Amino acid sequence: MPKVTIDGVSIEVEAGTTILNAARKIGGDLVPPAMCYYSKLKGSGGKCRVCLVEISKGSEANPNPMPKLQASCCTPIADGMEVKNMTSQKVQDMRKGVVEFLLINHPLDCPICDQAGECDLQNLGFDYGAQTTRYQEGRRTFDKIDIGDKIQLHMTRCILCYRCTYVADQLTPHRDHGVLNRGDASEISTYISHAIDNDFSGNMIDVCPVGALTDKTFRFKSRVWFLKPYRAHRQCSHEKCNGQVDLWMFGNDVYRVTARKDEYHEVESFICNECRFDHKNKADWTIEGPRKLEKWSVINQGKYMKRTAEVNIDTEKALLLGRDQDRKRISMVAPEEAKKK
Amino acid sequence: MGRKILTEHINVPGIQGYDAYRQHGGYRSVEKALKMAPNDIVEEVKKSGLRGRGGAGFPTGMKWSFIDKKSGRPRHLVCNADESEPGTFKDRYMMEKIPHLLVEGMITSSIALEANLSYIYIRGEYMWVYRILERAINEAYAKGWLGKNIQGSGYDLDLYVTCGAGAYICGEETALIESLEGKRGNPRIKPPFPAVVGLYGNPTVVNNVETIMDIPWIVMNGGEEFAKIGIGKSTGTKLISASGHIRKPGVYEIDLSISVEEFVMSDEYLGGMYSDRPLKACVPGGSSVPILPAELLFKTAKGEQRMMTYESMSDGGFATGSMIGSGGFIVYDDTTCVVRNTWNFARFYHHESCGQCSPCREGTGWMEKILYRLENGYGTQEDIDLLWDIQRKIEGNTICPLGDAAAWPVAAAIRHFRHEFEYHVRYPEKIKDRKHFEYEPWEKVKHLMGSKEAVAV
Repeated sequence: MPKVTIDGVSIEVEAGTTILNAARKIGGDLVPPAMCYYSKLKGSGGKCRVCLVEISKGSEANPNPMPKLQASCCTPIADGMEVKNMTSQKVQDMRKGVVEFLLINHPLDCPICDQAGECDLQNLGFDYGAQTTRYQEGRRTFDKIDIGDKIQLHMTRCILCYRCTYVADQLTPHRDHGVLNRGDASEISTYISHAIDNDFSGNMIDVCPVGALTDKTFRFKSRVWFLKPYRAHRQCSHEKCNGQVDLWMFGNDVYRVTARKDEYHEVESFICNECRFDHKNKADWTIEGPRKLEKWSVINQGKYMKRTAEVNIDTEKALLLGRDQDRKRISMVAPEEAKKK
Repeated sequence: MGRKILTEHINVPGIQGYDAYRQHGGYRSVEKALKMAPNDIVEEVKKSGLRGRGGAGFPTGMKWSFIDKKSGRPRHLVCNADESEPGTFKDRYMMEKIPHLLVEGMITSSIALEANLSYIYIRGEYMWVYRILERAINEAYAKGWLGKNIQGSGYDLDLYVTCGAGAYICGEETALIESLEGKRGNPRIKPPFPAVVGLYGNPTVVNNVETIMDIPWIVMNGGEEFAKIGIGKSTGTKLISASGHIRKPGVYEIDLSISVEEFVMSDEYLGGMYSDRPLKACVPGGSSVPILPAELLFKTAKGEQRMMTYESMSDGGFATGSMIGSGGFIVYDDTTCVVRNTWNFARFYHHESCGQCSPCREGTGWMEKILYRLENGYGTQEDIDLLWDIQRKIEGNTICPLGDAAAWPVAAAIRHFRHEFEYHVRYPEKIKDRKHFEYEPWEKVKHLMGSKEAVAV
């Protein structure tokens, strides 16, 4: 089997594997970030350019380095290839550039965005973003369109990863939406304000790396880090759906239902709209147990594993604590249990 | 007077029609090619050293030899007539004047590639040229040069003209293929290359109009004869579409062996500068290639004479050289504002970016906005450095070469004309009028910028 070395770590993988997938097999910090690549969707990848890596040795047969940085999600490995990701200054520099490009037209509405806390662009911005922007022109805006009663489209937040169009192509019987126009005016849209209506349309929400497509039934209900995700399943009658989901609960209330996601924020199996939107009742589900969260995830609210330096904030204590009724709501304990106490 | 390969019969009356074209030696290369083994034609083209005339200059024979003939899948030849580069209009001129030469070249090349279904993809704005080609193809069908069993040889070929919808990006070969398949014209991610997986998943070769028009001559006269014209690896003749501040703009066929100075100044070609104003800069190969200042146009940085060849034009890399590209030769005199010109190019690339990959989609628009600010006197010194940084981050990081093409003109303009950008920043009141350099050319305002030489980046 061909051997590839990424940031000094060698691994043997099957021929035809992409660099990104080889890196994911190794795991850890050396995995390049990916905004548009989605292993479950055929043909995705190559568009966002954040996964660019430097190939310092082409292969055993042709040891010359590649002149340009290559998109790791669509470059197949060759035997003896040496790849630099975190160790290459050039790659880090370029990735900062690409993140800056992605952010110049992205609105800074994280405080009111439902995706905040589980947003890939937030994570990327945290790792590679600059403190200030160098962009002083107006950000681009779009006319709002309504794509149905289940999904909310915020085109201004979109980074045009094309994942949702692949979902529509590959999961649903027909595609109602696509990309209109070109260049920085291109937008995800249904042709002449058509509603997206099919059994698997909800998966567009899960694959969206940013808050461009969000769940209308969960809109502004809560922040994700106030909810606790549980693994759950139900007997689903839809042939393509196995009914295995994550329930996002607050106490005994089910706030939203999403597909199960792995460590790279990709869904494990796509779920149908019935599971996602119509069963917001705890009794409909068999709960398996709490979902294991990533160590540094913001959803681990209150249980940070990372030690932080103590900060003394010089202000009135009441101001920091907030109102009593708000504090109760923020706690992970269900309201009725809190009452008992 | 140079050799005329393509434009030899261009002024014959009625050459647009079949009869006049046939009388002047038309379709003889098809007769000859049908008797040759297909691989021998490819060998002839390899020997000729013909390089792709669309801009990148990749050897055509080599491109043809990459095509996958073993898989047994049908092969296609696609002619790229989506000529949308600002400054380039050679293909339109040729297709208007002598459409049968393209049809003949398509047949001969298809024989070499053993393709039975070929396409000409023409841009949507060339609707009248589309009709001219349609007429030529219909005539060729009627005379038995296309269709089943061509001239009794047992070889079948169908040729279609397809019209694009007016997007520059569809001139990129994989985007062209996507558009031809009826999809959105987004470039594909390579590999796989079109020679393996192209149109409808079949092996495909995409060639420029001019490249295909060269093939009949090569088949008739042999590749070695073609290689005798020109210098070194730049063989044959090249069509140059000249425009700008010159006496005689138009399409010229040149041997790839004359000097740039001869081309610009001699009466045979461009006839010197319009109203004898001094030369300021030149874009030698269409809007995508780096701009060259006057002092680097006739002489290379080493002091050698610059020739109209692929190698000499790119001598010194992008620091002091440029590219022959698609042959869109734009000459500027001292009334031109380089900042405005760069903004104009940036605006074009902003408009034509397909929006698929982030650096090009966001970066081209950003560059255009900054250049617009600079051009209108609202720029700052930091904007010039920011512009440099943006182009550096676009170049080489995109799926297709459009990102590079958008970055190079900006980079070259800053590299060679930084002083003009700084003039725009420091004297906003002087550049308010877009004709400011017509009233006061750079030589007259140079003293305002102090004696300090412009620092090359």
